[in-house]
Amino acid sequence: MTTTPSSQVALELPSDPRYLCAVRVFVGEVCRRHGYADMQTSQVVLAVDEALANVIKHGYAGRMDGRISVRITPVTDGVKGPGLSFTIDDWGKQVDPSSIRSRDLADIRPGGLGVHIIQQVMDSAAYETPPGQGMRLTMAKYLSSPAVCGAAETERCCGGLQTGIGSCATRKGDGNG
Amino acid sequence: MADHAATVATVEEDGMIILSPSGDMGTHESPVLRSALRGAIEKRPRRVVVDLAGVGYMATAGLATLVESLRGSRDASVELVLCNLQPRVKAVFDIARLASVFRIATTLDEAKR
Repeated sequence: MTTTPSSQVALELPSDPRYLCAVRVFVGEVCRRHGYADMQTSQVVLAVDEALANVIKHGYAGRMDGRISVRITPVTDGVKGPGLSFTIDDWGKQVDPSSIRSRDLADIRPGGLGVHIIQQVMDSAAYETPPGQGMRLTMAKYLSSPAVCGAAETERCCGGLQTGIGSCATRKGDGNG
Repeated sequence: MADHAATVATVEEDGMIILSPSGDMGTHESPVLRSALRGAIEKRPRRVVVDLAGVGYMATAGLATLVESLRGSRDASVELVLCNLQPRVKAVFDIARLASVFRIATTLDEAKR
C-alpha cells in the first residue's frame, strides 16, 4: 500500500459527543471528493463515527476534554486500487488490541455493536498502542470495494440502490448473516 | 446544510402513539429519541409507531435506543413498530442483524394497520 501524505487532511477534536456531527460532515465531504458513492460514503462515515464514540466512551470514560486526532490519507493498493486510510489517535486509556472484539450478535441487547460495524463496512481495521498515547485505530476503505449490505437477501436490503446513488453487496463470507 | 439536530414529534391517534424523529441519531442525539420512547411506552398505548422517514443517519447509539425500547415495550405489553426506514438506515439494521428483531413496516399506513 502506498500513501500520499501531502494530500492528507486532519482535524482534532475534544472527546465531546457534540462534535461528532461535525466530523461526520467532514468525513462525508472528503469521501465524496474522492469519488465514493453515497452508500459507501455513508458507511465510512458510520465507521469513523462509531470509532470516535468508542474512544469517548471507553478511552476517555465519558470525559469530554480528551484529545482525539483524525487523519485521512489517500492510499493506493496494488490490487484494490485507490482508497482512503483513516487514522484515529487518542491519548486515553490503552487496552490490549486483541481484547477489542465484536460481541455475539445473537445476544440482542443495547450497545457493543460499534466494533462489528467497523469490521463489516471497512476493508481493514487495526488497533495499536503507540508509545506515549492511548490507542490508534487505522482503517481503510477502497473505492473498488462496494458498500456492505449485511442482509441475507441483498435485493431486499439494497435493491433500490443498485442504480443511482451507489452500489451494495453482501460481505464476503457473511452471506447468511 | 442539512439539519442534524434531533427532534421528535409526537401524535396520539386511535390508541397509538406515533413518534416522528428527525435529524441524525448518533451518540449525542439519541437521548432525545430515548426520552420520547420512554414517555410513550409509559403511557401504555396499544402500539408505539416510530416513523423514521426523517432520520437520514443512525449510529449504533440509535440502534441501542431502539433495542432498549423494544425490551421496555415488551415488558409493558406495548407493540413497537418501526416504519419508513431510509435505505442507509435500513442497511445499518441489516449489518447489525437487527432487522428481523423489530416489526418494520414500509409505510406509516402499514405500521398503523
